[in-house]
Order: sequence, then C-alpha cells, then structure tokens
Amino acid sequence: MQLGGLILLTSCAYLGILFAIAYWGDKRADAGRSIIANPYIYALSMAVYATSWTFYGSVGRAAASGVGFLPIYLGPTLMAALFWLVLRKMIRISKANRITSIADFIAARYGKSALLGGLVTLIAVIGVIPYIALQLKAVSSSFLILWQYPEILMPNQGQALGPLQDTALYVALLLALFTIVFGTRHLDATERHEGMVAAIAFESLVKLLAFLAVGIFVTFGLYHGFADLFAQAARLPDIDRLLTLGGPAGTYGSWASLIFLSMLSILFLPRQFQISVVENVNENHLAKAIWLFPLYLLAINVFVLPITFAGLMQFPAGTVDADAFVLTLPMAHSQEALALLVFVGGLSAATGMVIVETIALSTMICNDLVMPLLLRWKAFGLAQRHDLSGLLLGIRRGAILLLMLLGYLYYRAAGEAYALVSIGLVSFAAVAQFAPAMLGGMYWKQGTRAGALSGLSLGFLLWAYTLLLPAFAKSGWLPLSFIEQGPLAIAWLKPLALFGLTGLDEIGHSLFWSLLGNLGAYVGVSLFGRQSSREHAQALLFVDAFKVAGRGSSLWRGSASVSEVIALVGRFLGPARAAEAFAGYAAQLGLASSAELVPDADLVHFAEQQLAGAIGTASARVMLASVVQEEPLGMDEVLGILDEASQVLAYSRRLEQQSHELEAATGELRAANARLQELDRLKDDFISTVTHELRTPLTSIRAFSEILNDNPELEPAQRARFIAIIVKESERLTRMINQVLDLAKLESGRAEWHSAALDLTEVIEDAVATTSQLLQEQGVQLSLDLPAQVPPVLADRDRLLQVLLNLISNAAKFCARQAGRIDIAVQVLPEALQVAVRDNGDGIDLADQQTIFEKFRQVGDNLTEKPQGTGLGLPISRQIIEHFGGRLWVQSARGQGATFSFTLPLGAPTPAAERFSGRETENRA
Amino acid sequence: MANHTLRAQRLVALFMLGCLLFSYPLLALFDSDDRVFGIPLLFAYLFAAWALLIVLMMLVIERSNR
Repeated sequence: MQLGGLILLTSCAYLGILFAIAYWGDKRADAGRSIIANPYIYALSMAVYATSWTFYGSVGRAAASGVGFLPIYLGPTLMAALFWLVLRKMIRISKANRITSIADFIAARYGKSALLGGLVTLIAVIGVIPYIALQLKAVSSSFLILWQYPEILMPNQGQALGPLQDTALYVALLLALFTIVFGTRHLDATERHEGMVAAIAFESLVKLLAFLAVGIFVTFGLYHGFADLFAQAARLPDIDRLLTLGGPAGTYGSWASLIFLSMLSILFLPRQFQISVVENVNENHLAKAIWLFPLYLLAINVFVLPITFAGLMQFPAGTVDADAFVLTLPMAHSQEALALLVFVGGLSAATGMVIVETIALSTMICNDLVMPLLLRWKAFGLAQRHDLSGLLLGIRRGAILLLMLLGYLYYRAAGEAYALVSIGLVSFAAVAQFAPAMLGGMYWKQGTRAGALSGLSLGFLLWAYTLLLPAFAKSGWLPLSFIEQGPLAIAWLKPLALFGLTGLDEIGHSLFWSLLGNLGAYVGVSLFGRQSSREHAQALLFVDAFKVAGRGSSLWRGSASVSEVIALVGRFLGPARAAEAFAGYAAQLGLASSAELVPDADLVHFAEQQLAGAIGTASARVMLASVVQEEPLGMDEVLGILDEASQVLAYSRRLEQQSHELEAATGELRAANARLQELDRLKDDFISTVTHELRTPLTSIRAFSEILNDNPELEPAQRARFIAIIVKESERLTRMINQVLDLAKLESGRAEWHSAALDLTEVIEDAVATTSQLLQEQGVQLSLDLPAQVPPVLADRDRLLQVLLNLISNAAKFCARQAGRIDIAVQVLPEALQVAVRDNGDGIDLADQQTIFEKFRQVGDNLTEKPQGTGLGLPISRQIIEHFGGRLWVQSARGQGATFSFTLPLGAPTPAAERFSGRETENRA
Repeated sequence: MANHTLRAQRLVALFMLGCLLFSYPLLALFDSDDRVFGIPLLFAYLFAAWALLIVLMMLVIERSNR
C-alpha cells in the first residue's frame, strides 16, 4: 500500500513539471523568445491526437480485432499528405480572420452567423464529452489497478463506490483545476497558449517513451524479439482471425470507413484544430510535421500487437481487461519503475487530451454560445459594462469545470457499457459532421449559411440517432428494444439498421447515413438558395485565401468614433492591452499615436479582428455594430465584389464604355475632318478670289504699259494720264497685297498687338487729320460729335487707327457725289464706347449688309463698275474690333445712307482681351 | 514559391498511393497467415507500406526545401 503514496507523489510531481514547463513557455513567449517556434515542437504537439485511447485502448482493440486498430492511425497518415493543401489553407484563413475555433471558422465562413457558431459548439460539446469521459475512465482505472499492486485485479468501479470515494471525480476536478490554471491565465487576442503547447509537446514525448519502453520490455525482455513472440502467439486460439482481415466485404468496408473517419477527425477534432491551426506559429512548420507526425504515430503503434499477444498469452482469458495490458504486463513481472512510467505515460496521454480539448471547447462555449446570448440579453446589460475581460475568463473557467463534470457524469452513467475504443469512435463520427461545412466552405464559394445549418443539423440528428441513442440504450438509459425492434417496433427505423441497411458495422452505418444527410442537405440547400452579400464576401475570403491578401474590410461602409472603438475593445481585452494594440496599429500606419487614427473601414476591421480573438467573429460583429453606424451595402459595392460573374460584368461594362468613348472620338474626328475639308475649300476659294482680284489691277497696269510701249509717239497729256493710272493701280495692288497679308496674320493669330489704354477721341482726331486731304479733294464735309471727356479703352492704337481710316475712306467713297457728308459720333454706353461713322450715300441693301463683311465682297456689280476698293477693309476691321472685345456692324436702308458703328469695351479688359493680352506677353517674351 | 504547387502535387500523388496501399485489392494480396522472417505477413506489409509512405513524404518535403 505504500505504493499508493508513491503514485500520488509521482502524479503530482509530474503535473508540477508540466506546470513548470507551461509557465516557462509563457515567460519565454512574453519575452519574445518562443520555445515552441520550431517544427519539431509543432509536430510533437500534434500528437495530442494520441490520447489514453491510443495508449491503453489500441491494445484493447487489437485484442478484439487484431490489425483493426490500425486504420485510426493510417487515416491521419494519409491526411498528412494533404496537410499542405488543406491544413495550410485552414491556417492561412484562420490567421487572416483571427479565427480561434472550429465554431468560429464555420460561423465566420457563412456570414459570421451566431446561430451556426452555436450549433457547431453544441455538436462539438455533445460529441466530445464521451471522449473526455474516456480519459477519466482511463486515468482512474489505471490508478486503481496500480493501487492494487502487487495483486493484479480489475477495479470494480461505479456502483459500489459513492461519488466521494470515486477516484475519477478527483481526477476530473484535478484536471479541471490544472487546465484552468494554465489554460486561462489571461486573455489573449490570438487565443494562443505557448506554455500549454510546450507542455503538450513534452507530454507527447513522455507517452511515446513510456509506450516504447513497455514494448521493448515485452518484446525483447519477455520474449526474444518479434519473430519469437509471434511464433509463440501462433499457439493462441483465434490468432489467425487477429492477423488477417475477416470476411471480405464487411471488413474491408469497415476498414475503409475507419480510415476515412480518422482522416476527418485529424482535421476537425476541436483539440486538433486548436493545436494545428490556432497554436501554429509559422505555417512553414507544417512541412516537417507532414512526415514527423505520421512517424510518431507509426512509432507508438509498432508494439501494439506484440503487447496484445503477450497479454493474451500471459493472462488467462477473462481475468484481465485487454485495455489494461500495457500496465499489467510490467506489474506481473514486478517492474515497479516501468509500471510507474506507464502510469505516467497514460496520465500524460489523458491530461494532454483533456487540457487541449477543454480549452478549445471552452473557447467555443464562451465565444459562440454564451457571449452571443449575453449580447442579446438586454437585461444583463453587457453593453454597459466596463471591463469584460474578467467576465470572459470567468465564463471560460466555468465552461472547463462544466465540461469535466459532464465528462464525469457520462463516465459514471455509461462508462462500463463500452470498450474505450468504441467511445472514441462515437466522438470521431460526431466531429466528422463538420467536414462538409468546413471543406465545402474552403473550396466552394456557393455554400450558403442555410445549407451549412441544414447539413449540420441533419447530420447531427442522424449521428445522434444511429450512434448516441444506441449507446444510451446499451447503458440502460433507453430500453434495449429500441435497438432490437426499433422505436415503437417499427423495423425500418432500427437505429443500427436504418431503412433496413445492414452489412455495415455500427460506425460505418452511422457515418454513411449522417454524412449522406449532411452533405446532401448542405449541397442541396446551398444550390437552391441565395447568399447574402456578407456571406458572399466571406466565401470569397475563405475560398480565395491564397489569392486575396486576406482583408474583408472593403465591403464595409459606415461611421464610428475612434475612441468608442478603442473603448469597446478595451472592455473585452482590458484597457491597457487595447491601448497597446491600437498604438501598435497606429505605428504600423506611420502615425504618432492612436489619437491620430481615422475611423475608417480598416480601423473597424482591425478592431473586429482584435475582438474576434477574444469573443469570436460572430459576437465581435454584434459588439462593433453597437458603436459603429453601419450603412447597408449599396448596389455598386455589391457589384464591386470581386466575384467571377460580377468581374466579367464589370469587364464588359468597361468594354462597353470604351466602345462608347471610341464612337464619340470617331464622331469628333469625322466632324474635325469635315471642318478641315470646309476650311480647305474656303482656302481654295480665298486663293482663287485673291488671284482674281489681283489680276484686275495687274491687267490694267499691263494694258496701259503696253499702250505706252507700243505708241512712243503718244501725246504727252495722254501719256501722263496713262502713267497716272498705272501708278494708281500699282498702289491699289500693293495695298491689296498688304491687306491680304494682314488678314492672313489676323486669322492665324500671329498678328502683333500692342495694347494700351487709349483716349479714343484722340485716335479719331488723328484719323480725321490723316484723311482731311482726301476728303477735301472729294469735297466731302466731315463733322465730329465728340464728348469732352471719354473713359479710356484698352486697344492697339495703330490697329484702331486702321479701322477708323477704313471706315472714313469707305464713307468718303460711298457718300453722295454732291454735298457729300460724313458724321462721326462717339457715345458713352454703360460698359463700352460706341463710335458711329455715317455717310449720306445710297445706302446698302439689307441683303448686302452681311456680305460686305465677307472677304472681297463689295457693294455693286464687279463686272460693270470699276471696283473702288480691295474688298478686304471691312473684314479686317471687324476682326480687329472683335479682337478688342467689341462689335462692328452696319445700319442702313436704300437711299438713306449707311452708318457703320463699332463698340469698344471700357476700362478693364474683357476676358477675350485678357486672353489675347496673355498671348501678347508670350509673344514678347 | 513556384515549388509549392509542385510539392503539393507530389503530396497528393502520395496520398493516392497511400489510399491504394491501404485499401481493398492490394490489401487482399497480403491478407494471409503467411510469415516473413517469423512476422505475420499482413502486419509486416502494413507497417512496411506505412514506413515507405512516411519516407517518401520526408523526401518530398526535405528535398524541395533545399
């Protein structure tokens, strides 16, 4: 009996060592020198897959079904080959979205649905509790067996003992305490527990060494190696049955279904998700784990069959439970130290599983079950509380204790009905229900929330009906007739042969129906339903995790205040931690402090990620919505989602727009071309007109020159007259050429302008003085009507003079032959000066009043009357006046003379003048 | 990271090899009570195939690391 004290001491010492390792790991992590940041620790911690079910249960299962224990380890080996594809994507997605559990993962994928998260949590808890019960059973029986040493007696647990004498209860409470102490010491936004991982890796090492030690002791100590052991075992009855697969179809079928089941479990057991996804430090560590983890499984299974056969040979049939061979073989051969090591190995296998599983489940319960309910429960007033980090920790600790007690209850009630391995498989089948929603969510964009909900519900119900209820029936909670005759004696509803399906084992049967219902409902409902825009956005984030840089904030519109957001995060993480996080975020953006942050979509996204780590994605969204005024997505945003369809749509819209632009450009080009052609035609007209006009004076010059040349004896008077004509025509020709050049300059904008403020009356007086000789010759009278004082105008003096001279000489040309008279009047208008030059000639027809401003148009018939001018004076004058921002026009009627008027804007230059004066400075420069 | 997709393809091929090794037709070949070096054939086959798979995975991972 003194061994009892030793066992307790050893157990406590072992737990103490674990705690020390965890504490050290956390300290190192805080100091930034992580001890778990290497692939070996990662692979070892993944071996939390091997629980006491492996440690004790493999031998038990091997005793019953021979090599039938292996599929549970072959499946994970096969899945390891797919880790690089599947698990890496899960890690990438979870890191990008701060996902901390499977419930969170599924909830986040389907539009951050709290309902879905709650359902997943419920399934996980119900599914995994038997598994926790299994660990309690393993620890307490191994303790009781060792306690009897040197006798080897199977403990008769349960009924005889009250709860207070039951070791399992103390084991449960001790493990709960232990988990609480180092699983929930503080709240972390990433929900990572470095110390725990270090301890788990250590435990994996311990259980492997312990099992190998027993295996080596049995194989090489009790026997002479494998061959000897197997040779002796050949004498056992039924040995052939254990070393071959039984009846063909059934056994191959169950073999395959077990491999498939364990493939799914390695991904979807909550503790595996916690260790391989949430606690992953660097996704490259996964590479080495791909072969290290299967290697570990191989190592821990090599000696299972030898130990089984040794046990079967050593102990008379029925005296010792095969589940206990690992422990009883060393005991039977008085290897106290080895037995103690085995006990510690079994303890580490159980504690490792319990710790990680309860932490993972407590996170799920807190984030996806309790928090969403509290958030909706107005009376609880969660939204008003200041610091919620304490509450969160409290919920988690409570959840851990609750899980352990539920496990204990299950163990008390049902523990004896099943061998260890069957309980484990029931849990495996439960978590396999996550596969369609998880894998579908990662690779299929169309999967909807409704599809996931219906698939999970249906799969879970079928699982419960075909596995859980029969387990209850076998434990005596339900009448056995439920299994044997079906409920209400309806044969086709028999839970172990649903719809009459037989020929599969229990697990295969349940797996078939539950996954069929699950997958069918998931795919069917998804295909015939519609996704909301948020579901769609999340689907893209998950499915395209390797393409998208992993940010979901582009689909968010709304407004928030930075201080409110920080305060909100502070209530869950603690104010100091929140301040630290936001200061870090601000530093990342290159800002001096968090006070300078802008409340944009990115900030809210960051806050949501921080919160998601602490309370889950679904709750985080609800909480943030309380301080953030979210605006619904507009049609444009939805269209902007980078969906393949809408991408194509956007692309074709862009194409359409481009072709519109192209059409517009073509139209413009066509118009420009037409204008160019018109200009070309005008130029041709102009040139032909100019040459025609030039020919007229040239012809007369040539004709008179020839006369003079041919008739040297011409009279001097005649001769003088002809020479005068030649001179006059030459002058006209020169003037015409000058004017054509002038006009060309004006039209091309290359004319030089020297604008200055002018007194218009002075310019008019100058013009009158210049023309006085001409007027006197023609006997024309001129009268001026000028105000004493006129405001200055901005104009080029020479050009203005040119206009006035042109108008006056025109007037002189066309005024009455006798008593010709010209009146020049200046009027001051509000914004301009108006100059009118009036003659008393024949006047101009209305029809001609516009044409006279065209080039080379003169009033009168060019053919019969000798042209009086060049036909360019008025067009040039109009161009000049318009250049100054004024206007030139004529008023006349037949027989009543004509009045040519122009205006010049006053004072400050008009925009047009300004523009030109701008060019003027350029020209000067 | 171009060798990442190649690595993934090699691993998928190994996965399929594993499925083949551990399922019906091939498994039936070794499902007898013969012995190799005194070790039951099925037991030997399963562990040998398992070990082979692990070695191949190790080669795929470690060689593409270089």
